[in-house]
Amino acid sequence: MLRRKLAGIILVCGAVFALLGAGDPGTRFNEIGHQMMCICGCNQILLECNHVGCPASDGMRNELMAAVSRGDSDSLVEQSFVQKYGPTVLAAPTARGFDRAAYIMPFVALILGFGLIVLVIRAWKNRPAPAIADGLRPLHGQQLDQFRDQARKETDL
Amino acid sequence: MAEIGSFALLLALALSFYSFAAGIIALAFQRNASPQLAGAGRAAGSHESSLIALIRQGSERIGETARRAGIATFAAVLLASVVLVICAFRDDFSIAYILHHSNRDLPAPYKFAVLWSGQEGSLLFWSLLLAAYGFVLRLRYKTDPRLFAYASVVLSGVQIFFLLLLNFAAHPFAIVQGTIPADGNGLNPLLQYPEMVIHPPMLYLGYVGFTVPFAFALGALIMKYPGEKWINITRRWTMVTWAFLTCGVFLGAHWAYSVLGWGGYWGWDPVENASLMPWLTGTAFLHSVMMQEKRGMLKMWNMWLVFATFWLAILGTFLTRSGIINSVHAFAQSSIGDWFAWFLAITLIVFTFFFVKNKSHLRSEHKLESLVSRESSFLFNNLLFVLLCFTVLWGTWFPKISELVQGNKVTVGAPFYNRVAIPVALLLLILTALGPLLAWRKTSFESLKRNFMWPTIGAIAVAVFLMITPQSWGSPFGLKPWQDISYFYSLMAIALSVLVTLTVASEFYRGGRVISKHTGQGMFASMVQLTHRNTRRYGGYIVHFGVVVVIIGFAGAAFNQDKEMEMKNGDQMTIGPYTLICRSSTEDDNANYFSQWALLDVYKGGKQIDTMSPVRRFYHASQQTSTMPDIRSTLNEDLYLVFEGVNQDNGHPILKAHLNALVMWIWMGVWIMLIGTVLALIPNAPAPVRAPATARLEPVRASSGVTGD
Repeated sequence: MLRRKLAGIILVCGAVFALLGAGDPGTRFNEIGHQMMCICGCNQILLECNHVGCPASDGMRNELMAAVSRGDSDSLVEQSFVQKYGPTVLAAPTARGFDRAAYIMPFVALILGFGLIVLVIRAWKNRPAPAIADGLRPLHGQQLDQFRDQARKETDL
Repeated sequence: MAEIGSFALLLALALSFYSFAAGIIALAFQRNASPQLAGAGRAAGSHESSLIALIRQGSERIGETARRAGIATFAAVLLASVVLVICAFRDDFSIAYILHHSNRDLPAPYKFAVLWSGQEGSLLFWSLLLAAYGFVLRLRYKTDPRLFAYASVVLSGVQIFFLLLLNFAAHPFAIVQGTIPADGNGLNPLLQYPEMVIHPPMLYLGYVGFTVPFAFALGALIMKYPGEKWINITRRWTMVTWAFLTCGVFLGAHWAYSVLGWGGYWGWDPVENASLMPWLTGTAFLHSVMMQEKRGMLKMWNMWLVFATFWLAILGTFLTRSGIINSVHAFAQSSIGDWFAWFLAITLIVFTFFFVKNKSHLRSEHKLESLVSRESSFLFNNLLFVLLCFTVLWGTWFPKISELVQGNKVTVGAPFYNRVAIPVALLLLILTALGPLLAWRKTSFESLKRNFMWPTIGAIAVAVFLMITPQSWGSPFGLKPWQDISYFYSLMAIALSVLVTLTVASEFYRGGRVISKHTGQGMFASMVQLTHRNTRRYGGYIVHFGVVVVIIGFAGAAFNQDKEMEMKNGDQMTIGPYTLICRSSTEDDNANYFSQWALLDVYKGGKQIDTMSPVRRFYHASQQTSTMPDIRSTLNEDLYLVFEGVNQDNGHPILKAHLNALVMWIWMGVWIMLIGTVLALIPNAPAPVRAPATARLEPVRASSGVTGD
């Protein structure tokens, strides 16, 4: 019961977080406009294109403003722009089809790298300790820490 | 003049070939033949011994001629470069390169910058810097003659590639066919900015400089160099090169900010990414190299990091030159991309061959004692740096991969990198805070908790303070992380930056306190002495501090605003705390360009604080326009004005105002990073004389936070 309640609270919080500020047309124009590229060849985000007389950006901004004012959903606006200008109009790959690979690969690399480090650490930890000369007793615990600190102080400062 | 330049380039190529071939012959003989002949000589008597001595002497002489040929290569490439610059100053438009990148009215400093403004010239400049690094290396050969001889051969190999390109694929002294025009096409207007005179040299010094650690690494690998001395020898080279690359990358960002007029400093363009990738692997190497020096670990990894850094620098050049990836920076598509592709393949094959052949020599000897240690923090640090590099590489190539797989290109811009790279960068910041508090071998949780607690409390306190204070423009006050993901990242970045700063400060404080106790000096003097005794470690901390200042600057991007308006005289625009009133707009014409600008009075709190004049220029020779934004920088925010153009119907100027938060912190942070690097390059002060060895080891009461380098 408690788990269900918690899950519900998390879901509601998530939805509130995701929807905060999402309704206002100005904010939506700004957000969607920053997810698109100007197609004039300047390689700039649509709302950052600073070419006066740019053959593309003014028209695109007007189209975007009209779509947002009509209340078109984000995905509808994106789709209509992609249909008209091609997939390069989106400033980042979508989370659909092969484009998903763009986002997945770095995290796959992170997990693989992390796993590799764990393996390396385990291998290094299991390595046999260097042999100790006869007659010398290895130090442990507090005594070892004391000598370490002393050595650190004397060698480092 | 063109003949002299062409001859100098051919001569440089011949000298490089000689340096490479003679170097290999000398080393091969010394490596393989000497021990066998020596054995035979001992057995056969004095006549053979003297023959062996003669042959050895001969091989040493060949090696010496190879070294001198390498030095002479520098002189020849320098001559070619000087000739090209003289041709630019003499407006010698019979040379195609000068015709396409200069004009008669180009100001003198930019005529000098013509050397690196186009494809052929920049390759010549690259070759010149490589030859200069080789010159210094070959002069310092006495440090370790054999290792330096190997490194010299590798450098000659790389030099041959660039000189082949210059002589046969991108000749800077190619002559114009037919009638020679009276004036040149002029320099790209975007490059006519003072920083452009220093940005490319800095960047190239960084790119090219990583050839030196690579040359030493490959040399050490081939000769199975004993011990870690090569790491010590290359450490300073790597740090200097890293400093140049850092400087180059940020000068590029500053140039983009000051010239391109879109109000930002980093656009995740493939060419910008190309400069970032070797920087990331180079930074990883600067950290992991300590593992090899101190603990004899990560030897194989370091080899690959050095190689990757060099390789990525060349890959960046390949991206710019081949036209394979769309970029606003890219040079025109040309066949030299194929040359670079081959060179990349050959270097990869050569390096992999020697690595596989000699990898047994690179095995680590030491045991890892604990997961909570400096060693494992370096492992994770390297993972994150390499992962960031991979993310940038993946994002840069993804449009091409997408085209191959699904037949259409996609754009990979800032939103992708913000989503993927920022979380990794934040993890790196956590490690930057944690790393210095970990000791080599093992750190007790108790000591970690003790050292980490106050910085963590401080960071949380700052985050809470930022959230609860009233909102104020241009600053991160009143930050509500739940409103937008960019605010969340911004808050995290600032809080973690505070955490790093406090850990760095606590390291200085603890070390300073120990010295102060021993010497009776004041705290500040003790901290200075502390730094002087271990410049690398404390210089490194200052670099870390510089990084967090830069990060705070980046975090400011979440609060940026902009506004565009057509303004006639007397019109006003309000943005953030500023009110701008257009006083007038005017035009001017000179031999180089026609310019238009507006004069705006800037008011804040009802009081006039400045007058600003953004400019737009039209360059006659190149028939191109460029904007010169006017920027008013304060610690809090930059007011950034762009003259976007003129309304053709009524002649009124169209102005765009950006209010960019905390940008000045980025440039300040870079200066701090450079100061830290310079400090780390200064040799340590000698250790104070200690009491005789009869002194007894006293038990230590409290564990110190001082954790070793």
